[in-house]
Amino acid sequence: MEHYNMNLTLKVWRQKNTNAQGQFESYQVPGVSSEMSFLEMFDVLNERLINEGKEPVAFDHDCREGICGACSMHINGRAHGPWAGTTTCQLHMRAFKDGDTITVEPWRSGSFPVVKDLTVDRGAFDRIIEAGGYVSVNTGNAQDANNILVPKDDADAAFAAAACIGCGACVAACKNSSAMLFVSAKVSQLALLPQGQPEKKSRALNMIAQMDKEGFGSCTNTGACEAECPKEISLTNIARLNREYIAAGLTYEK
Amino acid sequence: MLDSKIPAGSLDKKWEDYKGHCKLVNPANKRNMEVIIVGTGLAGASAAASLGELGYKVKAFCFQDSPRRAHSIAAQGGINAAKNYQNDGDSVFRLFYDTVKGGDYRAREANVHRLAEVSGNIIDQCVAQGVPFAREYGGLLSNRSFGGTQVQRTFYAAGQTGQQLLLGAYSALERQVALGNVTMYNRHEMLEVVTIDGKARGIIARDLITGKLERHFGHAVLLCTGGYGNVFYLSTNAMGSNVTAAWKATRKGAFFGNPCYTQIHPTCIPVSGDHQSKLTLMSESLRNDGRIWVPKKQNDNRKPADIPEEERDYYLERRYPAFGNLVPRDVASRAAKERCDAGYGVGSSKQAVYLDYAAAIERYGKIEANKRQMHNASAAEITKLGKEVVAEKYGNLFDMYAKITGENPYELPMRIYPAVHYTMGGLWVDYELMTSITGLYALGEANFSDHGANRLGASALMQGLADGYFVIPYTLGNYLADDIRTKAIPTDHPAFAEAEKNVQDTINQLMNIKGTKSVDHFHKKLGKIMWDKCGMARNEQGLKEAIVEIQQLRAEFWKDVRIPGDANEFNPELEKAGRVADFLELGELMCVDALNRRESCGGHFREESQTEDGEAKRDDDNFSYVAAWEYKGPSQFELHKEPLEFVECKPTQRSYK
Repeated sequence: MEHYNMNLTLKVWRQKNTNAQGQFESYQVPGVSSEMSFLEMFDVLNERLINEGKEPVAFDHDCREGICGACSMHINGRAHGPWAGTTTCQLHMRAFKDGDTITVEPWRSGSFPVVKDLTVDRGAFDRIIEAGGYVSVNTGNAQDANNILVPKDDADAAFAAAACIGCGACVAACKNSSAMLFVSAKVSQLALLPQGQPEKKSRALNMIAQMDKEGFGSCTNTGACEAECPKEISLTNIARLNREYIAAGLTYEK
Repeated sequence: MLDSKIPAGSLDKKWEDYKGHCKLVNPANKRNMEVIIVGTGLAGASAAASLGELGYKVKAFCFQDSPRRAHSIAAQGGINAAKNYQNDGDSVFRLFYDTVKGGDYRAREANVHRLAEVSGNIIDQCVAQGVPFAREYGGLLSNRSFGGTQVQRTFYAAGQTGQQLLLGAYSALERQVALGNVTMYNRHEMLEVVTIDGKARGIIARDLITGKLERHFGHAVLLCTGGYGNVFYLSTNAMGSNVTAAWKATRKGAFFGNPCYTQIHPTCIPVSGDHQSKLTLMSESLRNDGRIWVPKKQNDNRKPADIPEEERDYYLERRYPAFGNLVPRDVASRAAKERCDAGYGVGSSKQAVYLDYAAAIERYGKIEANKRQMHNASAAEITKLGKEVVAEKYGNLFDMYAKITGENPYELPMRIYPAVHYTMGGLWVDYELMTSITGLYALGEANFSDHGANRLGASALMQGLADGYFVIPYTLGNYLADDIRTKAIPTDHPAFAEAEKNVQDTINQLMNIKGTKSVDHFHKKLGKIMWDKCGMARNEQGLKEAIVEIQQLRAEFWKDVRIPGDANEFNPELEKAGRVADFLELGELMCVDALNRRESCGGHFREESQTEDGEAKRDDDNFSYVAAWEYKGPSQFELHKEPLEFVECKPTQRSYK
């Protein structure tokens, strides 16, 4: 891969804390290597800000391998930036060219309040999982693993849904701030497996109820979530969630 | 002094006997017993869920914004279990034996045997939770082989096994949160262990959003805080992975076991430049099907496709015909370094070797063509089918490689080089996972106990979950049964006040330095010292130099580090500063330990101790012990030795030839 350097202008959202008023600030970042990751470019900027006696930009990040789901930048109007199926940490600077201006914002959703700069609070996702994103099995309850047969196609589809990293890009991409793709991924994973059957109705109902309580918007089938999902979670999961939800609503007795 | 509390009896009966005789806490009493768990990776989340289910009052802490983000999530390849589903001769004994041998006879036999015994239960538990492991067409679980073994005992979920296991444990944890048995503290960092009358009774934690220090009481404290590979700055660990909790415990009196045992993983993406912030692992499972080679000619600058088959050196297959590309990690890493140091490396940096999938694509393509009755398939069709099979097995890894390097690994061989990946050393624990501080436990990578001097692939996930799901629920009860009369100690106790004051003083000190250099500046310097002088190969002179250099760097850090912002707000630079301050102490201890261990073993290659053909040479007569270090003050460490006895698994020089 041909290597090159570029000079960039960054417009970054700065906000001191949840209650403070935020604003964009512009930074010139010279000499960015095309081999850097997007977050390494921020490392370079932060190192400079610290050396100049200024406050570095706060952003969430941890594994930098695209799997922990911590990183969460809205780049030039797109969740995780221009590459499909890619988290911010795996976006590399060869996606940009010399002279570009890059606008970077935090996830924008009332249900994800800004903590500082580009860092947001995604606690709502944990609370949705608490509402039913599990199989109620205590440690030690299990039978031999091969006693449960799962058709390979179902196992593969369950895995594809379970690949969700809980980053929140689906919410950030959605004009309604809907969390349906996130919720549907977990509901689908467990609905596709025999282990998830006993609680399938209460799971769909309770997770949706919690989703609404957290203030996420409704789904209008725009598909922006699927387009921006770094793990390419399929919209068919939302269809499955709708089926699960409606069926549960009609037949659940409690 | 060091009592490892290994139960009497034959090896295969120890755990069973222990479980049959350990003390129990009745359900009514469990409701009054509080347990603090720091860290929510595989070990912490599984422990929190299991102890919550038992009825204990659990408080769990993680520094991430959600327990689901702990670094266990990044483990790719798989998890071992002695199920023998493949009928290829596996058994509890064989898994035990492979793990002790793979660890180069520096692990504790009794712990490893217990690990092998519960390995099957882990798979059962995870499947019951809905973890979507890979399956065969008949609906049964699929297995693959992994480095250092000759059986297929590894269960996996594509290249995201750690993610799926962690999400399973996380969902069990969140279920207990919903039931009120576990209280979760996200974005909290533990900064001190509180001891009262010689027992661990709580922690001081900093709320990372507000900067406030909090006091938390627990009848017992469990540290499940992972490894310390980030002491090298560049490693495959997450950016936030740190040693702080374990180091605070060490300063409080817990012994640190075998600190110099670090694992250098052979298949990582090479460094591309000075901006590099971390390294990315490519799962070891890639060695199942990939072939590793370098050109036979030194400084060969041809493109890989232009180098004909006969001019390629498949050096692992050449040197180790019995195991070939599946030799254990330490052997594979050293062999790659040897080739590169000798001038056969590839890529622009020459610090890389090729991992080639062309042969596997062809092999799988032919199998697939046969399955589909395509007996006259063309080479192009076979390649296409082969790529599909490879994509299904390793797709996410190939995608990751392509994103980072900009090269297509389906067409070009990947470039790989070893990188720091795992730390076998950790807090010294006894058979019950208790550290040398009463009531303070260490689980998972944070302890030292199961992997000896080298960890085999697919055994870290196994150990984390074994400790959390199946060991601590028994051993903790055995301790707490004698503590049922202890009421919750109010956190205005002087011990809490003093511990909080110490933490506050350290934070104030850091904030008041107002120096000129960033935290990363010091971290990078430390990493370079560690990699150059305490990395894959070490010698006496280098280690002695490193100790002096680290002491100097530490003094400079405390004079000249610059931390912007305030302590009473969200301040990632302050978090990093505290962690690097601890790495600057741990790094020195690692070098002290490496200097003491004048033998090569596992991932630790001591240049003065090698065979004539350059293989690592162990010294069982002098070093068959666990080095447990006691902190006695700055730069002062006292060595305690726990002799290792091998009853079932007699040490031999490891041979993978």
